[in-house]
Amino acid sequence: MRQRNHDQSVRALLLRHPAYARLGIILVLLLCWEIAARWWIDPMFLSPPSRVLGSLTDVVETAGVPAAIGITFFELAVAFVLSVIFGLGIGLAIGLQRFVHRSFMPIVLLLYGTPQITILPLFILYFGIGPPSKIAFGVTHGMFPIIVTVIAGVQNIKPILMTAARSMGANKWQIFRWVILPHMVPSFFAGMRLGMTGVLLGVLLAELYVSSAGIGYFTTIFTQSFDPTKLLGLISILAAMAIVLNELVRRAEVHYGRWRAE
Amino acid sequence: MSARGRSMRNRLLSRAVQIAFLLGLILLWYLATTQWGVSQLLLPNPVAVYHELMNVLSSGEFVPDLKVTLSELAIAFGISSVSGIAFGYLISRSHYLIRVFEPLLAGIYSIPIILFLPLYVLFLGLGPSSKIALGATISFFPIVLNTIAGFGYVDAIFIIAARSMGASDYQMFRYVLVPAALPVILTGLRVGFTVALLSILGSETIASLAGLGHRIVQLAEGMESARMFAYITFAVAIAAILNTAVSTLENRARRR
Repeated sequence: MRQRNHDQSVRALLLRHPAYARLGIILVLLLCWEIAARWWIDPMFLSPPSRVLGSLTDVVETAGVPAAIGITFFELAVAFVLSVIFGLGIGLAIGLQRFVHRSFMPIVLLLYGTPQITILPLFILYFGIGPPSKIAFGVTHGMFPIIVTVIAGVQNIKPILMTAARSMGANKWQIFRWVILPHMVPSFFAGMRLGMTGVLLGVLLAELYVSSAGIGYFTTIFTQSFDPTKLLGLISILAAMAIVLNELVRRAEVHYGRWRAE
Repeated sequence: MSARGRSMRNRLLSRAVQIAFLLGLILLWYLATTQWGVSQLLLPNPVAVYHELMNVLSSGEFVPDLKVTLSELAIAFGISSVSGIAFGYLISRSHYLIRVFEPLLAGIYSIPIILFLPLYVLFLGLGPSSKIALGATISFFPIVLNTIAGFGYVDAIFIIAARSMGASDYQMFRYVLVPAALPVILTGLRVGFTVALLSILGSETIASLAGLGHRIVQLAEGMESARMFAYITFAVAIAAILNTAVSTLENRARRR
């Protein structure tokens, strides 16, 4: 009887808070992984999560890894800043003029749609195997979503606002500063979120392709020396970094996008 | 001049600007290689690239690589669309499951899954299977998320109306749920297809034995720049054709 009461209260708790059930699923998956890695799978290929967690300090203490994580973070930061600058500049240049928009929007979409991964070897050829090629590749991935959303933000302004501003005698700069700019903010932050996803993808792709000092160098070394513990540790650190960066821009998007909904 | 004539003229003018822009790029490229002495290794002559492209196309040298890439894409997309739609449908049957799984899947989707490529290569080797697995994993997420969104958020009034008119479970599925969910699912499938293509090309570029991405890398390492440019053009054209085909299919299916 008591047992059943207990069961019911657990069920009620899970039903009320899906987050607990979500946590439970993650724990069960980790447990399956742990069991599989401990008893079935060759330790050359997979190591259990408990050991990966324990080895995180080892990974960080491996000579060169902290520097590599630092370099990758630096590449991501520079690529993101450059993407925002280029994205905003090009987006405004194209979005503000109707004729320019009509002429160049198809070209932007064409470039956005091409699989840039096919030209990755060219980036290495032009920029070398150091950080500049990663930054450049990250920028080409991060720039286009920002351009497209900035253009959309500039274009989606209600005509009545523009008419009102103009009839009250606002000049071009005032319209830009007080009508277009505030209206663009939410879509600009949405673009920054997409841009961050793109920058992460571009930089990591280039890192994995060839790298002299960044994390790509170490993933290659750990893969080739069949050291799954360290490989998984490094990948978890990077995944955590990606999650934090994504979350930062998402928070900013929610924060700065709020005023429009009110 | 009438408004219609002016808009027509504007359209022609912007088309002219587009063409001039592209021609100008090619002209710059040509001048850079012939006049300004940019190394042929870094930037091959466009004419040479054109000849190489014709050579690649006419000799049929691209066929084995294209076959590898396309078969990887087909298998990966097959796996991810079947599992994504099945899993998404099952989750969407209960509001509780949606609340449990949707944030979980969306959270995983926000991690750049390409990070796990070294693991896939470690488990499955350099051959096609690691590319298929990676492509299937990455494209699974947009498909399952859109399937959940499609089936899970059908307007309740349609369901109530169909029930009160005595629809059977099958009729409910066939005439209410599927038509309501289809547009969203199709978008998921299109995004999934594009993502699968990108990740397969990407993983071929990074670590592989065959395929278009592998061929481009091989030519880059052999410093055969003109041929590499030809293959890049070819790969971009293939991707454009595939993406256009999928978008067209999506639009056609949606209209019905």
